[in-house]
Amino acid sequence: MILLSSRWRSCLLCFLTIMSLVSFGVAPCPASEDTTLFEQGAHQLVHGNFRQKEAAIAKINATNDPRAEKLLRALLGGKLYRVKKDNNLVYITKKGSRVSITDVLSGKELGTVKKRTLKKITINNKLRSKLREELALLALRSPDPDKRLAAVNKLMSSLSPESAKILEKLITTETNSKVRQGLLTARAIANLRDTDDAKRLQALTELQGNLNPAVKNELTRLLGEEKNKDVRQKAEAVLSSIESKIAFYGLVEKIFFGLSLGSVLVLAAIGLAITFGVIGVINMAHGELIMLGAYTTYVIQQLMPNSIGLALLLAIPAAFVISGLAGILIERTVIRFLYGRPLETLLATFGISLILQQSVRTIFSPLNRSVATPAWMSGSLQLNPVLSLTINRLTILVFALLVFAGLYMLLKKSSLGLQVRAVAQNRSMARAMGIRAAKVDALTFGLGSGIAGIAGVALSQLTNVGPNLGQSYIIDSFMVVVFGGVGNLWGTLVGGLTLGVANKFLEPWTGAVLAKILILVFIILFIQKRPQGLFPQKGRAGAAS
Amino acid sequence: MIILRYLKKDTGGMITLSLLALITVIVPICNLLVPETSGLHVSTFTMTLLGKYLCYGLLAIAVDLVWGYLGILSLGHGAFFALGGYAMGMYLMRQIGSRGVYGNPLLPDFMVFLNWQHLPWFWHGFQWFWFAMLMVILVPGLLAAIFGWFAFRSRVTGVYLSIMTQALTYALLLAFYRNEMGFGGNNGLTDFKDILGFSLQTDATRAGLFIASALALGFGYLSCLYITRSRLGKLCTAIRDQEDRVRFIGYRVENIKLWIFTFSAILAGIAGALYVPQVGIINPNEFSPLASIEMVVWVAVGGRATLYGAVAGALLVNYAKSYLTVAMPDAWLFALGSLFVLVTLLLPRGITGLLRKKEASR
Repeated sequence: MILLSSRWRSCLLCFLTIMSLVSFGVAPCPASEDTTLFEQGAHQLVHGNFRQKEAAIAKINATNDPRAEKLLRALLGGKLYRVKKDNNLVYITKKGSRVSITDVLSGKELGTVKKRTLKKITINNKLRSKLREELALLALRSPDPDKRLAAVNKLMSSLSPESAKILEKLITTETNSKVRQGLLTARAIANLRDTDDAKRLQALTELQGNLNPAVKNELTRLLGEEKNKDVRQKAEAVLSSIESKIAFYGLVEKIFFGLSLGSVLVLAAIGLAITFGVIGVINMAHGELIMLGAYTTYVIQQLMPNSIGLALLLAIPAAFVISGLAGILIERTVIRFLYGRPLETLLATFGISLILQQSVRTIFSPLNRSVATPAWMSGSLQLNPVLSLTINRLTILVFALLVFAGLYMLLKKSSLGLQVRAVAQNRSMARAMGIRAAKVDALTFGLGSGIAGIAGVALSQLTNVGPNLGQSYIIDSFMVVVFGGVGNLWGTLVGGLTLGVANKFLEPWTGAVLAKILILVFIILFIQKRPQGLFPQKGRAGAAS
Repeated sequence: MIILRYLKKDTGGMITLSLLALITVIVPICNLLVPETSGLHVSTFTMTLLGKYLCYGLLAIAVDLVWGYLGILSLGHGAFFALGGYAMGMYLMRQIGSRGVYGNPLLPDFMVFLNWQHLPWFWHGFQWFWFAMLMVILVPGLLAAIFGWFAFRSRVTGVYLSIMTQALTYALLLAFYRNEMGFGGNNGLTDFKDILGFSLQTDATRAGLFIASALALGFGYLSCLYITRSRLGKLCTAIRDQEDRVRFIGYRVENIKLWIFTFSAILAGIAGALYVPQVGIINPNEFSPLASIEMVVWVAVGGRATLYGAVAGALLVNYAKSYLTVAMPDAWLFALGSLFVLVTLLLPRGITGLLRKKEASR
C-alpha cells in the first residue's frame, strides 16, 4: 500500500474536491477554505477534550464539505476511531475478529487491522444531542427540497430558542414554499420556548391554525408550564382552533373514505340498476360479470407487463366488450325464455354465476391474482399535514362519476336510450311504435353487463382478483339498487354514496362487520317503509312490484 | 283420521312414506345386527350419510311449503336451518364439560382459547336437553315471525322478498363469523362427545339419530300434507296464484303468510338440529347464501308444490353432490349451475312434473 505524505494527500484532495464541484456545476463557495476548515475540525476531534470536540463539530458542520455528514453520523453511531500509531481518523466496519478501516479524509480503504490498534473517539450525552441537532441542520442545507422538508419535520421536536436564529438565516435563503412554511413553523415553535413573553405571543399569532402535529404537541406542553396569563389564554385559543380544524379534516377524510366505498358500490350496482330496473330482470350473475372484467384487466396486464398504465386503460374497453358479450349471450340463451317469471330468472342466473365462477377457477386457478397499480395511480395526495387522500381511491371516485355521467347521457340523449326507456315504460306500446323490443332487451342487458365489466377493472385496483370477487359485491349491489329505487340511475348514485358514507361513519364505533350488518338491517327495515326505494319509478318494473 | 284420507289421494306421498318406513327399519338392522362380512351390511358411514340426506329432505319440505304452496321464494332458509343447528350444537358443547382440550368444566374450548372468564348469558340453560330443544323451535321460529311480520305487513313480495331473505342470511353469516359473537367464530362448534349421555361415536347412537331423522321427516311430511290439504292450504295456493284477490275477498293475507313462513322456519330448525350431531360440526358456512339457494334447487329439481318431489329432489341432488365432489371435485359447481339453468328452462315442474305429465296423458 502506498502511503502518500500528508501534504501530497491534501493537495490531491483539494484537486478532487474542486473537480467534483466543477463537474456538478456548483462552485460558488471557496472549496479549499472549507476543506482546510474540515481538516482542522477533524484534527481537533482527535486531540481535544469534550468542549473542544463540541467546537470541532460546529466547525465541521459550518463547512459545506460533502464529507461532513458521514463524519458526524459515524461519530454519533460510535463508528469513528483513531489509529493509535499515527492518530489518523478512520471509519470502522467489523469483519470477524478484525475490523476494516477507511480513512476519513481521503475515503481510502486502509485494509483490516486488529481492533486494539485503534482508539474510539468518545462523546458524552451533551455532544450526542448537539450532534443530532447539527445533523438536522446539515440536512436542512441539502440541495434536495424533499430532504430539506423531512429535515425540518425532524427538527420540530428538538428546537431551542437558539435554533430560531439559524432558522431565521435559512428562511431568507429558502426558495421552496413548502420547506419555507416548515421553517417558519419551526421558528415559531423555537420562539415559543423563549423566555420573552412578547416573542411567545408573536409566535402564537404565527401558529394560528397551523396543522403540523408538532405545533399541537408544543402547545399542549406550553399550556402545562406557562405562567403568563395572556400567553396562556392565547395558547388555549390557538390550540382549540387547531383541534377543531383537525376534527373538521378528520370528518372530511371520513367522508372521502365513505364516498370512495360508495363509488365502488355505485360502479358495481349501476349495471344492475339497468338490468334490474329497466328490463326488470334479476341478474344474479352480475357479480361474476364484474369478476370477468377484473380478470380481463389481469390478462391484459400479463400480455403487456412493461406498460401497466396503458394496459389498465386498454382494459376498460376490453372489459366492457367481454362482459357485454357474455351478458348478451346469457340474455339470448337463457333469460329471454324466462321474461315474466322473475323468480325463475333469479335461479337460472344464479346457476350461470356458479358456472362462470367455476370456469374461472378452472382456467386461472382458485388462487387470488393481484393486478399491479400504475405509478400515476399510487401514492397519496397530501392536502395538509392531517389530510391526505389516496390517489387510487380518488381516481376511482372520479371514474365512477364519469361512468355514471356517460351512462346517464346515453340513456337520456341517444336513440338507444330513448328506445330503452320506451320499452321500460310500456313494452307493448313501444312495440306498436316499431321498436324491436327483443333487440332492445338484449342490448340493454349487454350494456348493463358491460358496465359490470368496467366496474371489474376499477375493483381490480382495490382488491385482489379472485373467483369470489363478484359474490362479495352482489348482495351489496342489490341493496344499493333496492335502497335507491329500482329503475332510477340517480337513486343508485345517491343510494350507493349514502350507504358508503354511512358505513364508514358506523365503522369506528361498531367495527367493520357489525357496520355492514347494521346497514343490512337498516335496509331491510327501510324497505318495509318504502318498498319502492328512495326514488320510486313508474314503469314496467314499478308496476310489477 | 283425516291425514290418512289425505294420504290416500297422494300416491307419491304414499310411496315416499312407505319407502321411508322401510329404510327406517332396515338400515339400522343392517347396520347393527348384520355382521360386517355380510353383503347386506350397511356401514355406519352410509347410515350417517343417509341420515344427513333425510335432514335435507325435511329442509326441502320446509322450503317447498313456502315456495311451492305460498309462492315465497326464500333464499334464507339456510339461516333457520343453521340456527336450529347452532342451538343443538350449543347443547352438545355444554355436554363436553371438562373433557375438552383445556378441561374447563364450564366454558367450551374456544372461549377458554379467547380468554373469556364467564359463560355469555345466552349460553345459559343449554346444559338441559329440553331447553335446547325448545330453542331449536323458538329461535328460528321467532326470527321468521319477526322478519315475516315486517316483510308481509308492508307487502314486500316477489323478488324483493327473495333478496331480503338473502340479505338476512348474509347478515347472519357475517355476524357468526365474528369471534365476539360467542359462537366459535369461523370454526363454529365441533368436537362433540355425547348426546343425552350416549356417545356420538357408537353405532347404536348413530342408528338412533338416523331413526330420529326419519321420524322427523315423516312427521314433517304428514304435517305439511295436512296443512296443504286443509282450508289453510287452499288459501295458500290461492295467495300464490292471485294474492290481491284473496285480500279483496277479505282474508288477512299477511297473517296466513306469517303462520306458514314461521312453521316452515321451525321445520328447517328441527332439520338443522338433527343434522348437527350426525355431521359433528356446525359452522357459519351454513348461513352462506349459496347454501340457501342450493336448497331451492333441490325443490326445483324434484318439483315444486309436491311434497314428495321436494324430498326426492333433496335426496337426488345431494347424492349427486356426494358422488361428484369425490369423483370430480371441479365438476360439481358446473353440474349445480347447469342444473339451475336446465331445470328452470326445461323442467319448470321438476322430475315429478314429468311423471305427472305421463300420468295425465295416459
